Amino acid sequence: MSEDFNDNKTIQAQSSETISGEGVRGVAPDKDYVRPAEVADQDLYHGHSFITKWIFCQDAKVIGVQYFLLATFTGIIGLILSWLMRLQLGFPGAAGFMTAEHYYQFVTMHGMIMVVYFLTALFLGGFGNYLIPLMVGARDMVFPYVNMVSFWMFFVAVGVLLASFFVPGGPTGSGWTLYPPQAILEGTPGSGMGIILMCVSLILFVAGFTMGGLNYLITVLQARTRGMTLMRMPLTVWGIFTATVLAMLAFPALLVSALMMTLDKVLATSFFMPTILKAGEVLEYGGGTPILFQHLFWFFGHPEVYIVALPAFGIVSDLISVHSRKNIFGYRMMVWAIVIIGALSFFVWAHHMYVSGMHPWFGFFFATTTLIIAVPTAMKVYNWILTLWKGNIRLNTVMLWCLGFIVTFVNGGITGIFLGNVTVDVPLSDTYFVVAHFHMVMGIAPLMVIMGAVYHWFPLVAGRMLSEKLGKLHFWITFLGAYSIYFPMHYLGFIGVPRRYFEMYNSPYITSAVGVNEFISMAAFLVGAAQFILIYNIIVSLRMGKPAGKNPWQANSLEWLTPTVPPEHGNWGDKLPVIHRWPYDYSVPGAKDDFIPQTTPPSEVAGTEVEKT
Amino acid sequence: MSEPKIEGYKFKPGYSGMAADTASDQTMFKGVHWGKAMMWIFLLSDTFIFSCFLISYMKGRGSTPEEWPNPSEVFALNAFGVPVPLLLIAIMTFVLITSSGTMALAVKYGYERNRKMCGWLILATALGGLTFVGMQAFEWSKLIHEGVRPWENPFGAPQFGSFFFMITGFHGTHVSIGVIFLFIYAYKTFAGHYDEGKRGWFTSMKGDYVEIEILGLYWHFVDLVWVFIFAFFYLW
Repeated sequence: MSEDFNDNKTIQAQSSETISGEGVRGVAPDKDYVRPAEVADQDLYHGHSFITKWIFCQDAKVIGVQYFLLATFTGIIGLILSWLMRLQLGFPGAAGFMTAEHYYQFVTMHGMIMVVYFLTALFLGGFGNYLIPLMVGARDMVFPYVNMVSFWMFFVAVGVLLASFFVPGGPTGSGWTLYPPQAILEGTPGSGMGIILMCVSLILFVAGFTMGGLNYLITVLQARTRGMTLMRMPLTVWGIFTATVLAMLAFPALLVSALMMTLDKVLATSFFMPTILKAGEVLEYGGGTPILFQHLFWFFGHPEVYIVALPAFGIVSDLISVHSRKNIFGYRMMVWAIVIIGALSFFVWAHHMYVSGMHPWFGFFFATTTLIIAVPTAMKVYNWILTLWKGNIRLNTVMLWCLGFIVTFVNGGITGIFLGNVTVDVPLSDTYFVVAHFHMVMGIAPLMVIMGAVYHWFPLVAGRMLSEKLGKLHFWITFLGAYSIYFPMHYLGFIGVPRRYFEMYNSPYITSAVGVNEFISMAAFLVGAAQFILIYNIIVSLRMGKPAGKNPWQANSLEWLTPTVPPEHGNWGDKLPVIHRWPYDYSVPGAKDDFIPQTTPPSEVAGTEVEKT
Repeated sequence: MSEPKIEGYKFKPGYSGMAADTASDQTMFKGVHWGKAMMWIFLLSDTFIFSCFLISYMKGRGSTPEEWPNPSEVFALNAFGVPVPLLLIAIMTFVLITSSGTMALAVKYGYERNRKMCGWLILATALGGLTFVGMQAFEWSKLIHEGVRPWENPFGAPQFGSFFFMITGFHGTHVSIGVIFLFIYAYKTFAGHYDEGKRGWFTSMKGDYVEIEILGLYWHFVDLVWVFIFAFFYLW
């Protein structure tokens, strides 16, 4: 009896370290014991032809790269659109073909492409597909066939979106928020086929994403390898996982609003359309409520911000930990912060609607919930800084991007506190202050993480290193340039320059805004061009980069521990890895190396002060 | 509910034990097939879709200035010269709920490896679903015949037609997709694909009777959603 009791005690004390001899009575507890696999090894369909290996491929890694390439391609289109807009704003009339209609269309397409088709697809589809199975020790996603269909749905969605450039009337120009009634009324550019194609494309995107998202969630929940407990997962997986949960619950609102908007346009229903007088004539619409669309859209739109931000939080935590050779500060706090931010993000949507005419008490409630989000977010920032504190920092390109992220994110977060308050938001609404805020916090900051992640994981995908010299050049131009673009925009917002305006005409701010606008535009051209350094770097390094070998960064997490680098289909060869620890055992006192991979059993590192995980 | 038996794993008591079980390695839902977990999460997402639809309906019905038609008149059916309110819809609901019952039995016989019974019950479920969709088509054509359109409605607010056709249409699509899969699964059951673990045409995954339970989850969900649509459209 007393033996049982003691036994239980030790198991409880050790339960987080190893599940030692648990459930096996009469066998001496073995420190390295990990209980057997619950489910049979996954059997996979291996492609044989070029088409099944590289095009309709069921390997999550290939699908991840496909997502990455297509999202990047779409993102470059978004980048070119932003160039055209900056050309008009900085040097009005310099682009001869540019009319006000074109400008609105470019604003709209730039916004939608960057938020949904670039950032969301890149983080969840790209990094999610590549990293989740590798990091949790699975052979592939649980349902590879559906995963493949997910990418091809995304492909069709992008095709439909880009097709809207070539239909009569061009793409929709109603702003990325697509507010009715003006989005579907004549007079708004692209109010014919443009808006229909936009809605159809969004519906396809949501359908495709749902297929992928189910895979990411279930792979994390049900297909982890032996020893991989939830609290031993890298924060990258936590971030992508939570973001996918948000996506599964937020995209339905987008799907519903896009469907209702399509019906309003195609069948002349009046879901969102009130009675409208146009040139003295009553239109056929009547009785609908445009505010409903705003609620549905932002119920999707706000979680969408965190769908982009949470994977960035997760990835940057891992990058900072690896490149400062220190365990992440407050791992559990980081996990809970991600989960809490994700949960709170569903209760803040109407802070985008302070000027929509809703009840002021409503604004009061949403301002409160919005400001509460600052608490877990600030905790994360402190933890990143405390991870760096006294770390053995390797100031390479990856680390530079991480530092750039922290700075831009703090900057964008602080302006978010301004805009979260109703009284401050009302005068700043629809000015360049808002543009500066959201570009800093969900444009530049996540982009910095993407860049860092590309430099970090390229050796894994390609087996070769990217050039550090070009990388640092790329970083400094992008970082300083991005600040030159968005920092002056706060000032423009304060003096009242409205956003989404084609031209300032003879407004009183023109004198002080003109020079600033020229400067911003020059910086925007430079930063945009600098991104091609990365593309050049990738193309050259694919063939001529320094061979990376296994685990070039001396990282602990599983994706670097595959038998072959780059990993093959099935990831792990004959035997699945067995996990004994979290992925953050860096610079452990008493250990031989400054890193202890997750697969190292406790007996090999006896006498060191490893964290109990 | 008894706990599933997992080799080498002992479930721990109390709330802290529940947390430890949840956070343990390999799987969060012990003994649950991944496909089942995936269907549950899909249904959660789908719940949000239908919730958005129904909340929009409530908001739209609340904001339209015109009068909402009386459901017991609009949906009445003439039986022997007497208008009976909600007659058709009562039969439709009965058929759909019954098909949920046959589906549940099919799952039971599937796990008992009773191939024939399982197949017949899936087929019965499919026919129930088909009857439902057919009656819905009848109701749609009756309303269209009386002049109700997505954009107009002779009985009052045009939003009635918009929301009715959109939401019942979306639900009907769910039922139709379910019926198609039920027919496929009935064929696969009769052909013995689940007994011998034959690989799927597209997915190349080995067949297993658990697939019937997964489809059953979807089918019960579609029925449950119908109960809400029924309450919101026909009883309110």
